[in-house]
Amino acid sequence: MPDGERFLVALGQLRPRLGDVAANVARHLEWIAQARASGASLVVFPELGLTGYQVQDLVLDVARPLDHPDVVRLVEAADGIDVVFSFVEESDEHLFYVTSVYAADRQIRHRHRKVYLPTYGMFDEGRYFARGQRFEAFDTRFGRAGMMVCEDAWHVSSPYLLGLGGANWMLLPASSPARSVTDPEHFGSQKFWRNLLQVYAQLFGVHLVFVNRVGFEDGVNFFGGSGVVSPEGEWVAEAPQLHEALEFAWVDPQAVRRARYTTPILRDERWDVVLRELRRLAEPREGRVNP
Amino acid sequence: MNPDIQARLCLNERLTVEILVEFIREEVRKAGFEKVIFGLSGGIDSALVAYLAVRALGRDGVHAVMMPYRTSSPASLRDAQTVVDGLAIPHTIVPITAAVDAYFATVDAALAAQATPLRRGNRMARERMCTLFDLSAHFGALVLGTSNKTELLLGYGTQFGDLASALNPIGDLYKTQVRQLARWLGVPASILNKPPSADLWEDQTDEKELGFTYDEADEVLYQLVDLRRSAAELVQAGADERLVRAIVRRVQNNQYKRRTPVIAKLSSRTVGVDFRYLRDWGR
Repeated sequence: MPDGERFLVALGQLRPRLGDVAANVARHLEWIAQARASGASLVVFPELGLTGYQVQDLVLDVARPLDHPDVVRLVEAADGIDVVFSFVEESDEHLFYVTSVYAADRQIRHRHRKVYLPTYGMFDEGRYFARGQRFEAFDTRFGRAGMMVCEDAWHVSSPYLLGLGGANWMLLPASSPARSVTDPEHFGSQKFWRNLLQVYAQLFGVHLVFVNRVGFEDGVNFFGGSGVVSPEGEWVAEAPQLHEALEFAWVDPQAVRRARYTTPILRDERWDVVLRELRRLAEPREGRVNP
Repeated sequence: MNPDIQARLCLNERLTVEILVEFIREEVRKAGFEKVIFGLSGGIDSALVAYLAVRALGRDGVHAVMMPYRTSSPASLRDAQTVVDGLAIPHTIVPITAAVDAYFATVDAALAAQATPLRRGNRMARERMCTLFDLSAHFGALVLGTSNKTELLLGYGTQFGDLASALNPIGDLYKTQVRQLARWLGVPASILNKPPSADLWEDQTDEKELGFTYDEADEVLYQLVDLRRSAAELVQAGADERLVRAIVRRVQNNQYKRRTPVIAKLSSRTVGVDFRYLRDWGR
Protein backbone atom coordinates (compact mmCIF):
# COMPACT_ATOMS: atom_id res chain seq x y z
CA MET A 1 0.00 0.00 0.00
CA PRO A 2 1.74 3.22 -1.11
CA ASP A 3 2.10 6.13 1.28
CA GLY A 4 -0.90 8.40 1.02
CA GLU A 5 -3.70 5.92 0.49
CA ARG A 6 -6.28 5.51 3.18
CA PHE A 7 -5.99 2.48 5.42
CA LEU A 8 -8.23 0.59 7.83
CA VAL A 9 -7.22 0.48 11.50
CA ALA A 10 -8.66 -1.96 14.03
CA LEU A 11 -8.87 -0.76 17.62
CA GLY A 12 -8.49 -3.74 19.94
CA GLN A 13 -10.31 -2.44 23.00
CA LEU A 14 -9.96 -5.56 25.14
CA ARG A 15 -10.06 -6.53 28.77
CA PRO A 16 -6.73 -8.09 29.77
CA ARG A 17 -6.55 -10.70 32.52
CA LEU A 18 -4.27 -9.52 35.28
CA GLY A 19 -1.02 -11.46 35.30
CA ASP A 20 -2.16 -14.13 32.82
CA VAL A 21 0.19 -13.52 29.91
CA ALA A 22 -0.66 -16.79 28.13
CA ALA A 23 -4.38 -16.01 28.09
CA ASN A 24 -3.75 -12.44 26.94
CA VAL A 25 -1.42 -13.53 24.14
CA ALA A 26 -4.10 -15.97 22.96
CA ARG A 27 -6.69 -13.22 23.02
CA HIS A 28 -4.45 -10.87 21.06
CA LEU A 29 -3.84 -13.57 18.44
CA GLU A 30 -7.59 -14.17 18.05
CA TRP A 31 -8.28 -10.48 17.57
CA ILE A 32 -5.36 -10.08 15.16
CA ALA A 33 -6.84 -12.86 13.02
CA GLN A 34 -10.27 -11.26 13.20
CA ALA A 35 -8.90 -7.82 12.28
CA ARG A 36 -6.98 -9.30 9.34
CA ALA A 37 -10.06 -11.14 8.14
CA SER A 38 -12.01 -7.88 8.29
CA GLY A 39 -9.50 -6.22 5.96
CA ALA A 40 -7.69 -4.07 8.51
CA SER A 41 -4.07 -3.14 7.71
CA LEU A 42 -3.22 -2.44 11.33
CA VAL A 43 -4.51 -3.52 14.72
CA VAL A 44 -3.67 -1.61 17.91
CA PHE A 45 -3.98 -2.97 21.45
CA PRO A 46 -4.01 -1.08 24.76
CA GLU A 47 -1.17 -0.37 27.16
CA LEU A 48 -0.08 -3.51 29.06
CA GLY A 49 -2.58 -5.60 27.13
CA LEU A 50 -0.43 -8.69 27.73
CA THR A 51 -0.25 -8.29 31.49
CA GLY A 52 -3.02 -6.10 32.87
CA TYR A 53 -2.32 -2.71 34.39
CA GLN A 54 -1.76 -2.97 38.16
CA VAL A 55 0.82 -5.73 37.98
CA GLN A 56 2.58 -4.52 41.15
CA ASP A 57 4.65 -7.42 42.53
CA LEU A 58 3.74 -9.57 39.54
CA VAL A 59 6.41 -7.67 37.57
CA LEU A 60 8.97 -10.46 37.97
CA ASP A 61 6.43 -13.02 36.73
CA VAL A 62 5.05 -11.15 33.73
CA ALA A 63 8.13 -9.31 32.40
CA ARG A 64 9.37 -10.51 29.00
CA PRO A 65 12.51 -9.65 27.03
CA LEU A 66 11.90 -8.72 23.38
CA ASP A 67 13.05 -12.15 22.20
CA HIS A 68 10.73 -14.08 24.54
CA PRO A 69 8.50 -16.60 22.74
CA ASP A 70 5.34 -14.77 23.94
CA VAL A 71 6.54 -11.56 22.30
CA VAL A 72 7.84 -13.37 19.22
CA ARG A 73 4.46 -15.04 18.65
CA LEU A 74 2.76 -11.68 18.37
CA VAL A 75 5.51 -10.25 16.18
CA GLU A 76 5.17 -13.30 13.89
CA ALA A 77 1.43 -12.67 13.74
CA ALA A 78 2.16 -9.29 12.16
CA ASP A 79 1.88 -10.93 8.77
CA GLY A 80 -0.35 -9.18 6.28
CA ILE A 81 -1.35 -6.83 9.08
CA ASP A 82 0.71 -4.53 11.30
CA VAL A 83 0.31 -5.01 15.05
CA VAL A 84 0.84 -2.71 18.02
CA PHE A 85 0.89 -4.40 21.42
CA SER A 86 2.16 -3.61 24.89
CA PHE A 87 3.71 -5.51 27.77
CA VAL A 88 6.25 -5.29 30.59
CA GLU A 89 9.62 -5.40 28.86
CA GLU A 90 12.68 -6.64 30.71
CA SER A 91 15.94 -5.17 29.44
CA ASP A 92 19.33 -6.88 29.40
CA GLU A 93 20.13 -4.92 32.56
CA HIS A 94 16.92 -6.30 34.17
CA LEU A 95 15.18 -2.99 34.19
CA PHE A 96 11.44 -3.18 33.64
CA TYR A 97 9.68 -0.93 31.15
CA VAL A 98 6.11 -0.31 30.09
CA THR A 99 6.74 -0.98 26.42
CA SER A 100 4.67 -0.81 23.28
CA VAL A 101 5.92 -2.50 20.11
CA TYR A 102 5.07 -1.81 16.46
CA ALA A 103 5.45 -5.00 14.46
CA ALA A 104 5.16 -5.36 10.69
CA ASP A 105 6.21 -8.07 8.24
CA ARG A 106 6.97 -10.32 11.24
CA GLN A 107 9.57 -7.90 12.55
CA ILE A 108 9.72 -5.32 15.31
CA ARG A 109 9.77 -1.97 13.55
CA HIS A 110 9.72 0.18 16.64
CA ARG A 111 9.76 -0.11 20.39
CA HIS A 112 8.57 2.71 22.62
CA ARG A 113 9.32 2.60 26.32
CA LYS A 114 6.91 4.74 28.33
CA VAL A 115 8.71 7.88 29.40
CA TYR A 116 6.25 9.38 31.87
CA LEU A 117 5.28 7.01 34.68
CA PRO A 118 2.45 8.46 36.75
CA THR A 119 3.24 8.14 40.44
CA TYR A 120 0.58 10.17 42.17
CA GLY A 121 -3.06 9.82 43.20
CA MET A 122 -4.06 6.27 42.41
CA PHE A 123 -0.96 5.61 40.26
CA ASP A 124 2.24 3.95 41.40
CA GLU A 125 4.16 3.17 38.21
CA GLY A 126 7.42 4.81 39.29
CA ARG A 127 7.63 2.27 42.07
CA TYR A 128 7.82 -0.65 39.67
CA PHE A 129 9.10 0.55 36.31
CA ALA A 130 12.10 2.24 34.72
CA ARG A 131 11.54 5.35 32.59
CA GLY A 132 12.00 5.36 28.83
CA GLN A 133 14.27 8.04 27.39
CA ARG A 134 13.14 8.80 23.84
CA PHE A 135 10.31 9.96 21.62
CA GLU A 136 11.39 8.75 18.22
CA ALA A 137 9.25 8.88 15.10
CA PHE A 138 9.56 5.83 12.87
CA ASP A 139 8.65 4.77 9.35
CA THR A 140 5.71 2.53 8.57
CA ARG A 141 4.05 1.58 5.30
CA PHE A 142 1.42 4.21 6.19
CA GLY A 143 3.98 6.99 6.53
CA ARG A 144 6.00 8.19 9.47
CA ALA A 145 4.43 7.51 12.86
CA GLY A 146 4.98 8.33 16.52
CA MET A 147 4.03 6.39 19.61
CA MET A 148 3.15 7.47 23.13
CA VAL A 149 1.86 5.34 25.99
CA CYS A 150 -0.96 6.80 28.11
CA GLU A 151 0.59 9.32 30.54
CA ASP A 152 3.20 10.24 27.89
CA ALA A 153 0.39 12.14 26.20
CA TRP A 154 -0.29 14.23 29.29
CA HIS A 155 3.01 15.99 28.60
CA VAL A 156 2.68 18.30 25.64
CA SER A 157 6.36 17.89 24.77
CA SER A 158 5.77 14.24 23.78
CA PRO A 159 3.60 14.79 20.69
CA TYR A 160 5.61 17.95 20.01
CA LEU A 161 8.85 15.97 19.73
CA LEU A 162 7.17 13.27 17.66
CA GLY A 163 5.71 15.95 15.40
CA LEU A 164 9.11 17.55 14.87
CA GLY A 165 10.47 14.06 14.23
CA GLY A 166 8.20 13.87 11.23
CA ALA A 167 5.25 11.86 12.54
CA ASN A 168 2.19 12.19 10.31
CA TRP A 169 0.12 10.04 12.60
CA MET A 170 0.38 8.98 16.23
CA LEU A 171 -0.42 5.86 18.21
CA LEU A 172 -1.59 6.03 21.77
CA PRO A 173 -2.19 2.79 23.65
CA ALA A 174 -3.61 3.50 27.12
CA SER A 175 -4.91 2.03 30.37
CA SER A 176 -6.86 4.96 31.63
CA PRO A 177 -9.22 4.57 34.58
CA ALA A 178 -12.64 6.14 34.77
CA ARG A 179 -12.85 8.80 37.43
CA SER A 180 -15.62 11.25 38.26
CA VAL A 181 -19.14 10.41 37.12
CA THR A 182 -20.94 13.68 37.59
CA ASP A 183 -20.72 15.00 34.02
CA PRO A 184 -23.63 14.44 31.64
CA GLU A 185 -21.83 12.47 28.90
CA HIS A 186 -18.36 11.28 29.78
CA PHE A 187 -16.30 10.34 32.79
CA GLY A 188 -14.23 13.23 34.09
CA SER A 189 -11.02 11.50 33.08
CA GLN A 190 -12.42 10.65 29.65
CA LYS A 191 -13.53 14.20 29.04
CA PHE A 192 -10.00 15.40 29.62
CA TRP A 193 -8.65 12.78 27.25
CA ARG A 194 -11.11 13.75 24.55
CA ASN A 195 -10.15 17.40 24.76
CA LEU A 196 -6.49 16.52 24.77
CA LEU A 197 -6.71 14.28 21.71
CA GLN A 198 -8.76 16.75 19.72
CA VAL A 199 -6.35 19.58 20.50
CA TYR A 200 -3.26 17.49 19.71
CA ALA A 201 -4.68 16.18 16.45
CA GLN A 202 -5.36 19.72 15.30
CA LEU A 203 -2.25 21.30 16.77
CA PHE A 204 0.14 18.79 15.25
CA GLY A 205 -1.92 18.05 12.14
CA VAL A 206 -2.00 14.29 12.72
CA HIS A 207 -4.35 11.37 13.06
CA LEU A 208 -4.38 10.10 16.61
CA VAL A 209 -5.15 6.45 17.22
CA PHE A 210 -6.19 6.08 20.85
CA VAL A 211 -6.79 2.58 22.23
CA ASN A 212 -7.84 2.30 25.85
CA ARG A 213 -8.63 -0.91 27.70
CA VAL A 214 -11.81 -1.85 29.56
CA GLY A 215 -12.61 -3.97 32.62
CA PHE A 216 -12.08 -3.67 36.35
CA GLU A 217 -9.01 -4.24 38.48
CA ASP A 218 -9.80 -4.30 42.20
CA GLY A 219 -12.72 -1.93 41.71
CA VAL A 220 -10.88 0.45 39.37
CA ASN A 221 -12.61 0.65 36.03
CA PHE A 222 -10.94 1.42 32.68
CA PHE A 223 -13.30 3.35 30.44
CA GLY A 224 -12.46 2.24 26.93
CA GLY A 225 -13.75 4.89 24.53
CA SER A 226 -10.99 4.13 22.02
CA GLY A 227 -11.09 6.04 18.78
CA VAL A 228 -9.37 7.83 15.95
CA VAL A 229 -9.27 11.61 15.79
CA SER A 230 -8.60 13.32 12.47
CA PRO A 231 -6.34 16.37 11.96
CA GLU A 232 -9.56 18.41 11.88
CA GLY A 233 -10.18 17.30 15.48
CA GLU A 234 -13.08 15.05 14.52
CA TRP A 235 -13.74 11.53 15.76
CA VAL A 236 -13.47 9.26 12.73
CA ALA A 237 -14.57 6.28 14.80
CA GLU A 238 -15.32 5.65 18.40
CA ALA A 239 -15.52 2.44 20.41
CA PRO A 240 -18.10 2.12 23.21
CA GLN A 241 -17.41 2.95 26.83
CA LEU A 242 -16.83 0.09 29.29
CA HIS A 243 -17.29 -2.83 26.87
CA GLU A 244 -14.86 -4.88 24.84
CA ALA A 245 -14.91 -4.07 21.16
CA LEU A 246 -12.88 -4.50 18.01
CA GLU A 247 -13.70 -1.19 16.36
CA PHE A 248 -12.65 -0.17 12.85
CA ALA A 249 -11.65 3.22 11.49
CA TRP A 250 -10.49 4.48 8.10
CA VAL A 251 -7.48 6.76 8.29
CA ASP A 252 -7.02 9.09 5.34
CA PRO A 253 -3.52 10.58 5.06
CA GLN A 254 -4.89 13.16 2.62
CA ALA A 255 -6.53 14.82 5.61
CA VAL A 256 -3.08 15.44 7.06
CA ARG A 257 -1.92 16.96 3.80
CA ARG A 258 -4.90 19.33 3.68
CA ALA A 259 -4.66 20.26 7.36
CA ARG A 260 -0.99 21.09 7.14
CA TYR A 261 -1.57 23.30 4.12
CA THR A 262 -4.61 25.03 5.61
CA THR A 263 -3.08 25.55 9.04
CA PRO A 264 0.69 25.29 8.63
CA ILE A 265 1.60 25.24 12.31
CA LEU A 266 4.31 22.66 11.79
CA ARG A 267 5.88 24.70 8.98
CA ASP A 268 5.97 27.78 11.14
CA GLU A 269 7.25 26.07 14.23
CA ARG A 270 10.35 27.88 15.58
CA TRP A 271 12.14 24.98 17.14
CA ASP A 272 15.38 26.95 17.01
CA VAL A 273 13.76 29.37 19.44
CA VAL A 274 12.45 26.47 21.53
CA LEU A 275 15.90 24.92 21.71
CA ARG A 276 17.54 28.22 22.67
CA GLU A 277 14.92 28.85 25.32
CA LEU A 278 15.21 25.33 26.71
CA ARG A 279 18.97 25.76 26.99
CA ARG A 280 18.46 29.01 28.83
CA LEU A 281 15.88 27.46 31.16
CA ALA A 282 18.11 24.46 31.76
CA GLU A 283 20.61 26.70 33.56
CA PRO A 284 20.16 25.85 37.26
CA ARG A 285 18.25 28.52 39.14
CA GLU A 286 16.44 28.45 42.45
CA GLY A 287 12.72 27.92 42.35
CA ARG A 288 12.52 26.47 38.86
CA VAL A 289 11.35 23.06 37.79
CA ASN A 290 14.32 20.76 37.39
CA PRO A 291 14.89 19.34 33.92
CA MET B 1 13.86 -28.29 56.32
CA ASN B 2 16.81 -27.22 54.20
CA PRO B 3 19.48 -26.12 56.73
CA ASP B 4 20.25 -22.94 54.81
CA ILE B 5 16.61 -21.84 54.87
CA GLN B 6 16.31 -22.87 58.48
CA ALA B 7 19.32 -20.73 59.36
CA ARG B 8 17.86 -17.77 57.49
CA LEU B 9 14.55 -18.12 59.34
CA CYS B 10 16.33 -18.14 62.69
CA LEU B 11 15.53 -14.96 64.62
CA ASN B 12 17.56 -12.84 66.97
CA GLU B 13 15.05 -13.46 69.75
CA ARG B 14 16.11 -10.63 72.04
CA LEU B 15 15.92 -8.03 69.29
CA THR B 16 12.65 -9.37 67.88
CA VAL B 17 10.97 -9.34 71.28
CA GLU B 18 12.25 -5.84 71.93
CA ILE B 19 10.66 -4.59 68.69
CA LEU B 20 7.36 -6.41 69.24
CA VAL B 21 7.08 -5.16 72.83
CA GLU B 22 7.67 -1.58 71.66
CA PHE B 23 5.20 -2.11 68.83
CA ILE B 24 2.44 -3.14 71.22
CA ARG B 25 3.17 -0.33 73.65
CA GLU B 26 3.31 2.46 71.13
CA GLU B 27 0.52 1.40 68.79
CA VAL B 28 -1.89 0.63 71.65
CA ARG B 29 -1.29 3.96 73.34
CA LYS B 30 -1.45 5.88 70.08
CA ALA B 31 -4.90 4.39 69.51
CA GLY B 32 -5.89 5.85 72.87
CA PHE B 33 -5.84 2.60 74.87
CA GLU B 34 -3.81 1.31 77.80
CA LYS B 35 -4.96 -2.28 77.64
CA VAL B 36 -5.28 -5.14 75.16
CA ILE B 37 -7.62 -8.08 74.91
CA PHE B 38 -7.18 -11.28 72.89
CA GLY B 39 -8.56 -14.75 72.49
CA LEU B 40 -6.48 -17.41 74.19
CA SER B 41 -7.04 -20.78 72.55
CA GLY B 42 -4.42 -22.89 74.24
CA GLY B 43 -2.37 -22.88 71.03
CA ILE B 44 1.07 -21.50 70.47
CA ASP B 45 0.15 -18.32 68.56
CA SER B 46 -2.15 -16.79 71.13
CA ALA B 47 0.19 -17.94 73.93
CA LEU B 48 3.05 -16.05 72.29
CA VAL B 49 0.83 -12.97 71.98
CA ALA B 50 -0.04 -13.25 75.70
CA TYR B 51 3.63 -13.37 76.70
CA LEU B 52 4.49 -10.43 74.45
CA ALA B 53 1.55 -8.37 75.67
CA VAL B 54 2.45 -8.89 79.33
CA ARG B 55 6.02 -7.79 78.61
CA ALA B 56 4.69 -4.69 76.88
CA LEU B 57 1.88 -3.59 79.16
CA GLY B 58 2.26 -5.54 82.40
CA ARG B 59 -0.23 -8.08 83.70
CA ASP B 60 -2.82 -5.38 84.42
CA GLY B 61 -2.63 -4.22 80.80
CA VAL B 62 -3.88 -7.48 79.31
CA HIS B 63 -7.06 -9.50 79.36
CA ALA B 64 -7.28 -13.03 78.00
CA VAL B 65 -10.56 -14.51 76.81
CA MET B 66 -11.14 -18.25 76.50
CA MET B 67 -14.06 -19.12 74.25
CA PRO B 68 -14.52 -22.88 74.14
CA TYR B 69 -17.18 -24.63 72.10
CA ARG B 70 -18.59 -27.92 73.39
CA THR B 71 -16.46 -29.96 70.98
CA SER B 72 -13.28 -28.04 71.78
CA SER B 73 -10.56 -30.24 73.15
CA PRO B 74 -10.42 -30.08 76.99
CA ALA B 75 -6.64 -30.03 76.61
CA SER B 76 -6.92 -26.68 74.80
CA LEU B 77 -8.71 -25.05 77.70
CA ARG B 78 -6.23 -26.62 80.12
CA ASP B 79 -3.30 -25.23 78.16
CA ALA B 80 -4.89 -21.79 78.03
CA GLN B 81 -5.40 -21.97 81.80
CA THR B 82 -1.69 -22.80 82.22
CA VAL B 83 -0.77 -19.62 80.33
CA VAL B 84 -3.17 -17.52 82.37
CA ASP B 85 -1.88 -19.01 85.62
CA GLY B 86 1.75 -18.78 84.61
CA LEU B 87 1.45 -15.11 83.68
CA ALA B 88 -1.09 -14.39 86.45
CA ILE B 89 -3.26 -12.33 84.11
CA PRO B 90 -6.96 -11.46 84.32
CA HIS B 91 -9.16 -13.59 82.10
CA THR B 92 -12.75 -14.41 81.26
CA ILE B 93 -14.21 -17.67 80.02
CA VAL B 94 -17.06 -17.19 77.54
CA PRO B 95 -18.31 -20.49 76.11
CA ILE B 96 -19.73 -19.96 72.61
CA THR B 97 -21.75 -23.18 72.50
CA ALA B 98 -25.15 -21.65 73.25
CA ALA B 99 -24.75 -18.85 70.69
CA VAL B 100 -23.43 -21.05 67.90
CA ASP B 101 -25.93 -23.86 68.48
CA ALA B 102 -28.83 -21.41 68.64
CA TYR B 103 -27.74 -19.92 65.33
CA PHE B 104 -27.50 -23.25 63.53
CA ALA B 105 -30.75 -24.51 65.06
CA THR B 106 -32.46 -21.55 63.42
CA VAL B 107 -30.56 -21.53 60.13
CA ASP B 108 -30.46 -25.29 59.57
CA ALA B 109 -34.25 -25.32 59.98
CA ALA B 110 -34.71 -22.34 57.65
CA LEU B 111 -32.51 -23.93 54.96
CA ALA B 112 -33.69 -27.45 55.66
CA ALA B 113 -30.04 -28.51 55.48
CA GLN B 114 -27.36 -29.25 57.97
CA ALA B 115 -24.40 -26.87 57.93
CA THR B 116 -21.08 -28.26 56.79
CA PRO B 117 -18.20 -28.48 59.28
CA LEU B 118 -16.54 -25.61 57.39
CA ARG B 119 -19.54 -23.31 57.86
CA ARG B 120 -19.80 -24.29 61.50
CA GLY B 121 -16.11 -23.66 62.01
CA ASN B 122 -16.28 -20.26 60.37
CA ARG B 123 -19.29 -19.34 62.46
CA MET B 124 -17.36 -20.25 65.61
CA ALA B 125 -14.40 -18.12 64.55
CA ARG B 126 -16.74 -15.19 63.91
CA GLU B 127 -18.63 -15.72 67.15
CA ARG B 128 -15.28 -15.41 68.92
CA MET B 129 -14.50 -12.25 66.96
CA CYS B 130 -17.88 -10.74 67.97
CA THR B 131 -17.22 -11.64 71.58
CA LEU B 132 -13.75 -10.10 71.56
CA PHE B 133 -14.88 -6.84 70.02
CA ASP B 134 -17.77 -6.63 72.49
CA LEU B 135 -15.47 -7.25 75.44
CA SER B 136 -13.05 -4.77 73.89
CA ALA B 137 -15.71 -2.09 74.42
CA HIS B 138 -16.49 -3.34 77.92
CA PHE B 139 -12.89 -3.42 79.15
CA GLY B 140 -11.63 -0.50 77.08
CA ALA B 141 -9.02 -2.83 75.64
CA LEU B 142 -7.77 -3.05 72.05
CA VAL B 143 -8.11 -6.42 70.26
CA LEU B 144 -4.80 -8.09 69.44
CA GLY B 145 -4.64 -10.47 66.50
CA THR B 146 -3.00 -13.87 66.73
CA SER B 147 -2.56 -14.90 63.08
CA ASN B 148 1.01 -15.65 62.03
CA LYS B 149 2.59 -15.02 58.63
CA THR B 150 2.25 -18.63 57.49
CA GLU B 151 -1.51 -18.60 58.17
CA LEU B 152 -1.96 -15.17 56.60
CA LEU B 153 -0.14 -16.22 53.44
CA LEU B 154 -1.90 -19.58 53.18
CA GLY B 155 -5.22 -17.97 53.99
CA TYR B 156 -5.66 -20.52 56.74
CA GLY B 157 -8.06 -18.48 58.81
CA THR B 158 -11.61 -17.16 58.77
CA GLN B 159 -12.23 -13.82 57.09
CA PHE B 160 -13.73 -11.41 59.63
CA GLY B 161 -13.19 -14.16 62.22
CA ASP B 162 -9.80 -14.97 63.69
CA LEU B 163 -8.23 -12.80 60.95
CA ALA B 164 -9.92 -9.70 62.40
CA SER B 165 -8.07 -7.55 64.92
CA ALA B 166 -6.87 -4.02 65.60
CA LEU B 167 -3.18 -4.87 65.90
CA ASN B 168 -1.30 -8.02 65.07
CA PRO B 169 2.15 -8.38 66.67
CA ILE B 170 2.92 -11.78 65.12
CA GLY B 171 1.64 -11.35 61.55
CA ASP B 172 5.17 -11.15 60.14
CA LEU B 173 6.46 -14.26 61.90
CA TYR B 174 6.41 -17.61 60.16
CA LYS B 175 5.12 -20.54 62.22
CA THR B 176 8.70 -21.77 62.65
CA GLN B 177 9.63 -18.38 64.08
CA VAL B 178 6.57 -18.34 66.34
CA ARG B 179 7.83 -21.60 67.81
CA GLN B 180 11.34 -20.24 68.28
CA LEU B 181 10.15 -17.08 69.97
CA ALA B 182 7.57 -18.87 72.13
CA ARG B 183 10.26 -21.23 73.39
CA TRP B 184 12.56 -18.33 74.16
CA LEU B 185 9.84 -16.50 76.09
CA GLY B 186 9.06 -19.57 78.21
CA VAL B 187 5.71 -20.67 76.78
CA PRO B 188 4.88 -24.01 78.50
CA ALA B 189 6.21 -27.17 76.86
CA SER B 190 2.77 -28.79 76.52
CA ILE B 191 1.82 -25.94 74.16
CA LEU B 192 5.11 -25.95 72.28
CA ASN B 193 5.02 -29.64 71.57
CA LYS B 194 1.42 -30.38 70.58
CA PRO B 195 0.28 -30.48 66.95
CA PRO B 196 -1.23 -27.13 65.89
CA SER B 197 -5.02 -27.17 65.56
CA ALA B 198 -7.77 -24.68 64.82
CA ASP B 199 -9.84 -26.94 67.10
CA LEU B 200 -13.03 -26.20 65.20
CA TRP B 201 -14.00 -29.86 65.06
CA GLU B 202 -12.77 -32.97 66.82
CA ASP B 203 -9.37 -34.35 65.83
CA GLN B 204 -8.78 -31.44 63.47
CA THR B 205 -5.11 -30.57 62.99
CA ASP B 206 -3.79 -27.82 60.75
CA GLU B 207 -1.24 -29.99 59.04
CA LYS B 208 -3.76 -32.77 58.29
CA GLU B 209 -6.18 -30.24 56.81
CA LEU B 210 -3.55 -28.37 54.80
CA GLY B 211 -1.95 -31.55 53.48
CA PHE B 212 1.59 -30.46 54.36
CA THR B 213 3.54 -29.57 57.48
CA TYR B 214 4.28 -26.05 58.67
CA ASP B 215 7.99 -26.74 58.21
CA GLU B 216 7.36 -27.62 54.58
CA ALA B 217 5.14 -24.58 54.13
CA ASP B 218 7.64 -22.18 55.70
CA GLU B 219 10.50 -23.49 53.63
CA VAL B 220 8.53 -22.82 50.44
CA LEU B 221 6.88 -19.59 51.55
CA TYR B 222 10.11 -18.01 52.75
CA GLN B 223 11.71 -18.59 49.36
CA LEU B 224 8.67 -17.45 47.35
CA VAL B 225 7.87 -14.40 49.42
CA ASP B 226 10.98 -13.17 51.21
CA LEU B 227 13.52 -14.26 48.60
CA ARG B 228 11.16 -13.62 45.64
CA ARG B 229 12.16 -16.92 44.06
CA SER B 230 9.75 -18.31 41.47
CA ALA B 231 7.90 -21.60 41.82
CA ALA B 232 9.85 -22.90 38.82
CA GLU B 233 13.17 -22.08 40.52
CA LEU B 234 12.13 -23.94 43.66
CA VAL B 235 11.14 -27.01 41.70
CA GLN B 236 14.36 -26.88 39.72
CA ALA B 237 16.28 -26.79 43.00
CA GLY B 238 14.58 -30.01 44.05
CA ALA B 239 11.40 -28.95 45.87
CA ASP B 240 8.34 -31.18 45.52
CA GLU B 241 6.42 -29.73 42.61
CA ARG B 242 2.99 -30.70 43.92
CA LEU B 243 3.72 -29.09 47.26
CA VAL B 244 4.99 -25.88 45.66
CA ARG B 245 1.99 -25.64 43.31
CA ALA B 246 -0.43 -26.29 46.17
CA ILE B 247 1.12 -23.54 48.27
CA VAL B 248 1.29 -21.03 45.40
CA ARG B 249 -2.38 -21.70 44.66
CA ARG B 250 -3.37 -21.17 48.29
CA VAL B 251 -1.43 -17.92 48.57
CA GLN B 252 -3.00 -16.57 45.36
CA ASN B 253 -6.53 -17.75 46.02
CA ASN B 254 -6.59 -16.24 49.49
CA GLN B 255 -5.27 -12.77 48.61
CA TYR B 256 -8.82 -11.46 49.17
CA LYS B 257 -8.61 -12.36 52.86
CA ARG B 258 -5.62 -10.09 53.25
CA ARG B 259 -7.32 -7.07 51.70
CA THR B 260 -10.13 -4.75 52.65
CA PRO B 261 -13.29 -5.12 50.52
CA VAL B 262 -13.00 -3.96 46.92
CA ILE B 263 -14.67 -0.61 46.35
CA ALA B 264 -16.08 0.41 42.96
CA LYS B 265 -14.16 3.52 42.00
CA LEU B 266 -16.37 6.36 40.82
CA SER B 267 -14.98 9.63 42.10
CA SER B 268 -11.52 11.14 41.84
CA ARG B 269 -10.82 10.24 45.47
CA THR B 270 -11.77 6.78 46.56
CA VAL B 271 -11.29 5.30 50.01
CA GLY B 272 -8.37 2.90 49.85
CA VAL B 273 -7.32 3.91 46.33
CA ASP B 274 -6.34 7.55 46.22
CA PHE B 275 -7.52 8.65 49.66
CA ARG B 276 -4.35 7.67 51.42
CA TYR B 277 -3.45 8.31 55.02
CA LEU B 278 -1.80 6.11 57.57
CA ARG B 279 -3.91 4.75 60.36
CA ASP B 280 -1.69 6.96 62.51
CA TRP B 281 -3.42 9.99 60.95
CA GLY B 282 -3.95 12.52 63.73
CA ARG B 283 -2.54 10.19 66.37
